[in-house]
Amino acid sequence: MASSHGAPPVFNNKVIAWIDHRLPIFSYLEKEYHTFPTPRNFNYFWNFGAIATVMLVLMIVTGIVLATNYTPHVLMAFDSVERIDRDVPSGWLMRDLHMNGASFFFIAVYIHIFRGMYYGSYKAPRELLWLLGVVIFLLMMATAFMGYVLPWGQMSFWGATVITNLFSAIPVVGDSIVTWLWGGFAIDNPTLNRFFALHYLLPFVIVGVVGLHVVALHVHGSNNPLGIDPKGPQDTVPFHPYYTMKDGFGVIVFLIVYSVFVFFMPDFLGHPDNYTPANPLVTPEHIVPEWYFLPFYAILRAIPDKLGGVICMFGAIAVLFLLPWLDTSRVRSCVFRPIYKWFMFVLVIDVIVLGYCGANPPEGYFVPLARVATLYYFFHFLLLLPILGKIERPLPLPPSIADAVLNKKAV
Amino acid sequence: MRRILVSGALALAALGLGAVAVAAEHTELKHQHWHFKGPFGTYDRAAAQRGFQVYKDVCAACHSLNLVAYRNLIDLGLTEAQVKGIAAEITVPDIGDDGSAIERPARPSDRFKKPFPNELAAAAANGGKAPPDLSVIVKAREGGPDYLYSLLTSYVPFDKLTPEQIKEFNVTKDDNFNLVFPGHRIAMPPPLADDKVQYTDGTKATLDQEARDVVEFLAWASEPHLEARNRTGIRVILFMLALAGLMYAVKRQVWADKH
Amino acid sequence: MASSSIPAGVHGDPTRRDFLMVATGALAAVGGIATAWPFINNLNPAADTLALSSIEVNVQAIAVGQAVTVKWRGKPVFIRHRTPEEIKQAEAVKLAELPDPQTDNARVTDTAKKVRPEWLIVIGVCTHLGCVPLGNKSGDPRGEFGGYFCPCHGSQYDTSGRIRRGPAPKNLEVPEYVFSSDTLVKIG
Repeated sequence: MASSHGAPPVFNNKVIAWIDHRLPIFSYLEKEYHTFPTPRNFNYFWNFGAIATVMLVLMIVTGIVLATNYTPHVLMAFDSVERIDRDVPSGWLMRDLHMNGASFFFIAVYIHIFRGMYYGSYKAPRELLWLLGVVIFLLMMATAFMGYVLPWGQMSFWGATVITNLFSAIPVVGDSIVTWLWGGFAIDNPTLNRFFALHYLLPFVIVGVVGLHVVALHVHGSNNPLGIDPKGPQDTVPFHPYYTMKDGFGVIVFLIVYSVFVFFMPDFLGHPDNYTPANPLVTPEHIVPEWYFLPFYAILRAIPDKLGGVICMFGAIAVLFLLPWLDTSRVRSCVFRPIYKWFMFVLVIDVIVLGYCGANPPEGYFVPLARVATLYYFFHFLLLLPILGKIERPLPLPPSIADAVLNKKAV
Repeated sequence: MRRILVSGALALAALGLGAVAVAAEHTELKHQHWHFKGPFGTYDRAAAQRGFQVYKDVCAACHSLNLVAYRNLIDLGLTEAQVKGIAAEITVPDIGDDGSAIERPARPSDRFKKPFPNELAAAAANGGKAPPDLSVIVKAREGGPDYLYSLLTSYVPFDKLTPEQIKEFNVTKDDNFNLVFPGHRIAMPPPLADDKVQYTDGTKATLDQEARDVVEFLAWASEPHLEARNRTGIRVILFMLALAGLMYAVKRQVWADKH
Repeated sequence: MASSSIPAGVHGDPTRRDFLMVATGALAAVGGIATAWPFINNLNPAADTLALSSIEVNVQAIAVGQAVTVKWRGKPVFIRHRTPEEIKQAEAVKLAELPDPQTDNARVTDTAKKVRPEWLIVIGVCTHLGCVPLGNKSGDPRGEFGGYFCPCHGSQYDTSGRIRRGPAPKNLEVPEYVFSSDTLVKIG
């Protein structure tokens, strides 16, 4: 499955040896998660893959138990969620974990994406690994969007209405597609039912793609903050116990922050309007998506043309698929890219500005601000990245990871 | 590394602020100290029980409380017998053994009786707009308890309005003017006033007291598990801090030979 | 890539390191188990379900010899107003003849220890494989022993709801009930 490293392990336990001879799961675990040579110079950004995995599992487990008590029907969905909150044993905990879990899953993944971009983890030979990651991100967005519809509050209903209506921008067939998505002439019971079915299905698709993501990762091994390949055993450590313990620590710290939200401010990241049952005749004053969609929502609204807005919004994600080929730099890590490094931070600020614009009504200075930020977003990927890679002079790379670590030159 | 972490933290903080900055542009709310705020918050049972009385005697005439059952009042400190008594005083519609519509005394397992049979009837009886259900009202309004308290205590009679206010908000003598309600003209007439209810525990029923009490009650109705949530949270976080400390020590030990 | 060896307790004080590992592992295990509980507990009956776990039935209208079926916790409960003959018949049976020996007296005692032989209250679920036996409605076949007859596999119960013949191993279950007055019975 992965590159050949180390001799096949020998198991003393007869049962394990018997199973492993027929289905080498133990050899696989041993090779990929125990002795697997991992660059020795990871910083804490490298924890977020493990953290995202933990969040995915947590979302699936809490989601399954929530589904055992949820009713996907327009007349009962809101009350069934409230019943989970009020009457079902530990129901409030499951719900608070799940609804805040979505936000924290996105936080982990956004940091994970930033790490990949900053240290050039998408560059050869890890392009496919990156592409699979973007697919996971897209699946997550679809899953989160449909999940937000299920409580059938005002934001659920109107968020679903606005987002599904995006497809009506498609020329000629747009309206037919929207009707097809809805299974009717408006968001209604058929829509809620199919969203529930897909919201239950997609996480398992994510698990599958995550599996591929991990397999692809283990072909060439992880990138590292220096962006240079390990040259020998002195550059690596076995994954266990070095990174299992470090990841374990990182996961717990992340879960503490998450717990603060779950237990002491469970509704902070949500919107009060979603505690008003869906009403197809009254639109809330400001329709705001969940915070993790805000930058993309801002791009959608920044373009004065309906079709153009939709194209730009999807383009903002599509451009990530091209990232490995847009970047023309010889080195991976921003540590050795004195100019691009600063543009990475500008990009982060740009995305935050977009998010801020997305959270506010499209009036006043938010309109030009969102347009400038949108323009910059595409400028970064489509112009800056290819050109800067050609003209920027990278700093000299250290001879090896071990050399950099032992000379305390690592970041 | 450190610089990146700091930037990341700032980025997250800014995202959070962005989300919060959406609303909160209405008139300044009257911020109150609530017994249930903060990680150690609990409900003030006496206040909530008085608040239930306010709801029962005043609000329940128009506002439903669909998600709360009589049995839930036991959480507020009432005894099972008291709850049975409260329920028994109320008749609810049901279907008899022969299939005909009947009225029977409510049981603790019944949800609070609705003032109107359905939303259309509620709207028809209230000038076209149904009074909202109050079950999760504290969570459904920006500002939560402070907003509701302010709403209940910020009515301004027509003759106290300035000519500018009357002109700007197009207020007539029949309108109810409320300082914190978005748009200021609210369909609900001032629901509370001094001595609107007679408290059984002898507390003086001022407007302010009634508003505070009913908000305490409605906060409880919105989130009856708040105390369990806080209690569990404290335990979970203390446990995880200990585990994080140990994990860090283990990680240091493991890495000791590599640094 | 080359292979690497696993450093197992080579550096540092081995006892201290082991203690730390064991303590952390133990704490993590405790956390894991404590976390599992709310997930398991989540599937238990909810508060609104539990609130409906007892019902009150007014038995005033049930004449001698008649019976009613009420639904309790999703199952049928048979309430039979027995005739003096049926009572006598039930009391006359010798315990040795019964596959599941139980006196009639024990089966008509409520949780307040009050014996009311005229009222037989049993859960109408055959103890064989869960069918609902016949015999609670007038005109139903009641089997050879005048009680209940299960059409699925031919189990026959007597006027005390005790199994007399057929594959069922146990008597019809008597739910917890208490008469709060002569006419009002609370089941559950």
